Amino acid sequence: MPFIPHTEDDVRAMLAAIGVEDIEALFDEIPAGLRAGGLEGIPAGEGEMEITRLAHARAREDQHLMCFAGAGAYDHHVPAAVWQIATRGEFYSAYTPYQAEASQGTLQLLYEYQTMMAGLMDMEVSNASLYDGASALAEAVLMAVRANRKSKSKRIFMPRTVHPAYRKVVRTIVSHQGIELVELDYDREGGHLDAASLPAAPGDAAALVIPQPNFFGVLEDVDALTDWAHAHGMLVIAVVNPLVMSVIRPPGQWGGKGADIACGEGQPLGVPLASGGPYFGFMCCRQSHVRQMPGRIIGRTVDTQGRSGYTLTLQAREQHIRRSKATSNICTNQGLLVTAATIHMALLGPQGLAAVAAASHRHTQRLVEQLQSVAGLTPVFSRPVFHEAVMQLPLPVEEVLRPLSVQGIVGGVSLADDYPELGKALLVCATEKRTEADITAFAEHLQRIFVRLGAPACPVAPKL
Amino acid sequence: MSDIPGDLYYTRTHEWVRPEEDGTFTVGITHHAQELLGDLVFVELPEVGAEMGAGDDCAVVESVKAASDVYCPVAGEVVAVNEALADEPEIINRDAFGDGWIFRLRPEDRGSVEDLLGPEAYAELIAEEEH
Repeated sequence: MPFIPHTEDDVRAMLAAIGVEDIEALFDEIPAGLRAGGLEGIPAGEGEMEITRLAHARAREDQHLMCFAGAGAYDHHVPAAVWQIATRGEFYSAYTPYQAEASQGTLQLLYEYQTMMAGLMDMEVSNASLYDGASALAEAVLMAVRANRKSKSKRIFMPRTVHPAYRKVVRTIVSHQGIELVELDYDREGGHLDAASLPAAPGDAAALVIPQPNFFGVLEDVDALTDWAHAHGMLVIAVVNPLVMSVIRPPGQWGGKGADIACGEGQPLGVPLASGGPYFGFMCCRQSHVRQMPGRIIGRTVDTQGRSGYTLTLQAREQHIRRSKATSNICTNQGLLVTAATIHMALLGPQGLAAVAAASHRHTQRLVEQLQSVAGLTPVFSRPVFHEAVMQLPLPVEEVLRPLSVQGIVGGVSLADDYPELGKALLVCATEKRTEADITAFAEHLQRIFVRLGAPACPVAPKL
Repeated sequence: MSDIPGDLYYTRTHEWVRPEEDGTFTVGITHHAQELLGDLVFVELPEVGAEMGAGDDCAVVESVKAASDVYCPVAGEVVAVNEALADEPEIINRDAFGDGWIFRLRPEDRGSVEDLLGPEAYAELIAEEEH
């Protein structure tokens, strides 16, 4: 049975009504060379039973991996209740409803999500989410250019300590809108953006982006950076790991006046690793910038009888009303993932989130110690890190990651492509899930691999 | 006609202009415009010192159901804005031609106001729109 509602007769009637021979004629305008043509290599259809067998066989090929990779997506424990509740029929949709106010439960959940995120960031307003961390940063850059009343500039200072993938996405989205991204190099010793290295006369600019922790896991000197940006009439865009904000000072408290916009990737809040997504982006800001904020915002109000209710608010800045002058083309959000995140945050509470963050920090400290003492690695940077660190290897990173993966270990992320100046640098991470035994196993495998491959400067004697 | 003061100039996009004795022009949106928009919730004011060309969008009035640009009726420099609207945009609903003024302009050419609509022409425009 085809799952297409139109019968052959329907299609013929519609084509006749507009005076077109066949459906192909509708695509006349597209040059033949640009047409994709038919699908090739698709085998004949199979039944559900056969497909199930195939899917199980494929699933068995998945290893149970021990993950020491972070770099923007983190292997945290998600309580079973989170997705049990999130996938209930009442919640199970990726969309904010079109007849929004008919779905009070969904709106209430989004309102609670906003309240939690605003609390976590110590900012006044949160939207109902964006696509992911990278595009949230791009939206924040566009927003800062619109919102900065002191400056008409379209220059944005972007440190190289911001996630390389985020920087690429931002460049893709904003470069054709006349926005200039000015990269700021990092301190080779500390692995941070050194406030002392910032130009005394930066010229007119709309905003400075500040990551916390930065891509290297290093904690940035956010107060000095925030105050520098504000002193030069720029807004401050914080791009942060939301989980980490449960234990360190959030963007709203940076420097003398706090950051103006906070955004980032919501994945650490209850979204499992799944081949890169789907995840969700978040964005918070000061009340005074709310009309420049992209995305949907749920407000709490009362009905004609004084009963509490929830509603979409500030819609007048959205594309269905403002058309080309809308603040953004973002029209939906990652509703289902936000649902999971809201349940996750509600289950863990502020103390639970802080405990996860603190355990991740502790385990990463242990990881760095073990990689030094057992495998003889050295940390590349001297500044404090949160739950990631860059380690220098004696061999090319790919040569080391391959044998580790045979052992079921994802050993981290190579920085060779994005930061060639760092040599054989590996970005590692340990969340609350990595036990002491996991960390020891990782370090011992590394040491064994170095010995086997004859690492040139392996400083640790092989175990006898 | 009581909704269309006889001593003002008007635009096809529903702004009004009052030439002041000091040579500046006060600009707002008409009573008819605020009626169409409904309850205003926000006014985005231009910046003092901004140079505007005739027809440039220079402010935004936002109601519960729409957000509309306010276009600059004649070229000039913004010399004052009605800060009271930041906290009380509903002043425009209450008194569009008086306390609800939006900004004051120093026109490049004082004569440019003569290119705008007079009260009768504006009344005709509204009457046409209603058909």
